Amino acid sequence: MPSVKMTQHLYRFFPQLKDRVITVPAGSVAEILLAINEIAPGFTDYVLDEHGALRRHVNISINDSIVIDKIKLSDRTPDDGTIYIFQSLSGG
Amino acid sequence: MSDMILLGTRKGTIIFDRVNAKWLPRPIAHAGVPVCYVARDPRDGTLWASLDHGHWGPKLSRSRDGGKTWNDITSLKYPKGARYIVKYLPTPDFNPESPSANPEYADATVFKIWNITFGNADQPSRLYAGTIPGGLFVSDDGGDSWELNRPLWNHESRGGDLFAGDATSVNLWNGTPASIDYGIFEPGIHSIIVDPRDPNHMHIAVSTAGVIETTDGGKNWHSRNHGMLNDYMPNPESEWCHDPHFVTSCPSQPDHLWQQNHFGIFYSDDGAKNWKKVSRTDLDVNFGFPIAADANDGRTAWVVPARADAERMAIDGGLFVARTTDGGQTWQTFRDGLPQENAYDIVLRHAFDVSGDCLCFGSTSGNAYLSEDRGETWQCLGNNFPPIYSVRFG
Repeated sequence: MPSVKMTQHLYRFFPQLKDRVITVPAGSVAEILLAINEIAPGFTDYVLDEHGALRRHVNISINDSIVIDKIKLSDRTPDDGTIYIFQSLSGG
Repeated sequence: MSDMILLGTRKGTIIFDRVNAKWLPRPIAHAGVPVCYVARDPRDGTLWASLDHGHWGPKLSRSRDGGKTWNDITSLKYPKGARYIVKYLPTPDFNPESPSANPEYADATVFKIWNITFGNADQPSRLYAGTIPGGLFVSDDGGDSWELNRPLWNHESRGGDLFAGDATSVNLWNGTPASIDYGIFEPGIHSIIVDPRDPNHMHIAVSTAGVIETTDGGKNWHSRNHGMLNDYMPNPESEWCHDPHFVTSCPSQPDHLWQQNHFGIFYSDDGAKNWKKVSRTDLDVNFGFPIAADANDGRTAWVVPARADAERMAIDGGLFVARTTDGGQTWQTFRDGLPQENAYDIVLRHAFDVSGDCLCFGSTSGNAYLSEDRGETWQCLGNNFPPIYSVRFG
């Protein structure tokens, strides 16, 4: 099963995701985010807008490749892949 | 007189408590998160904050224990099918012949929750939120769920029914640079006024469209910009395209409304049916963002003037507050206790409030000032706060 790693910034809002290995069934990025949302209700509202698209200053990569489809999140994750969720760097 | 002041700042929420006649700040809440508006619901004491996460989207945060703990609410979303006609920022490289110059529709996304307003006592669970792009959201369950007011969203002034199909007319609501941080240029609802005599009677204000009124609980909306002047437009007296920075009313005389507009200070004593410009340019009482109205006397209001339009900061390096007690015919200016040199502060539209004889304002330079004698003398609450976006007495 793919594993998920994310910026610790998100642990502030979803402490139940901290200090644990997150694994979810393989599938599209959209399906994986929904699986995380099952563990941490409300999670998708932080990384996706109301249309299900990735928020402008959020990035997701599968292994070391940034996902291409940021609208429908159709990129698929291999069974042994790692999903990284992180925010854009920003100033003061 | 209130014993609580709430600041929404670039780095979180700061609450002051009045303790033994002194105002003491608590440790910051929502630390590191931009907070564009904070207010206390006078009906049940719930505190509300509008969070402006740069990465994670706008959120409402609610505290039911006086600010000890806060919980984010994520239910404020545009319904499926809510579209709007895109306005393009007229940048120097804008090409009117390009496809983007043609009407284009975009699905609405909540970029900013700009204002939270509480319903009347006879609607104890009613809340309103104004957003960018200009949506008026209504909650009837204390903020657990929200619904977009569709008659206003589909108003003929912004293109007609944008849920059902292509717009039938042009969009007369312009955008505001206040939202430019988000890379967009959309109108926003920053002022929501509920008539204390009748909850079905409301005024809202949109930057940059104007003042809009409903008398039937939001089923129908009408522009209320008669007497307004927009010097920037080819027709200064146009029905739409006005730029109210903030609009408020006298709670006990709600037909007395006040408006700090981009193009001056305007006053209405007939429920916004007619506006009259009451600026005094000879006193530099003209441009600014906030305005506060007295609770009992509809003819009394205060402003924090700034230099229009290119500078947008304190005039000649000195901060002052101006007060009228005769509906804007005359103004007094007060400087005692406010810096009179090397001050470059600008006070934003929600960053000035009045409670009884107390007034408080905060600036984007991180300075907060308080008056306990109706604006005549001032004391400093602090100089090193983050940029202050909103000030409200609790």
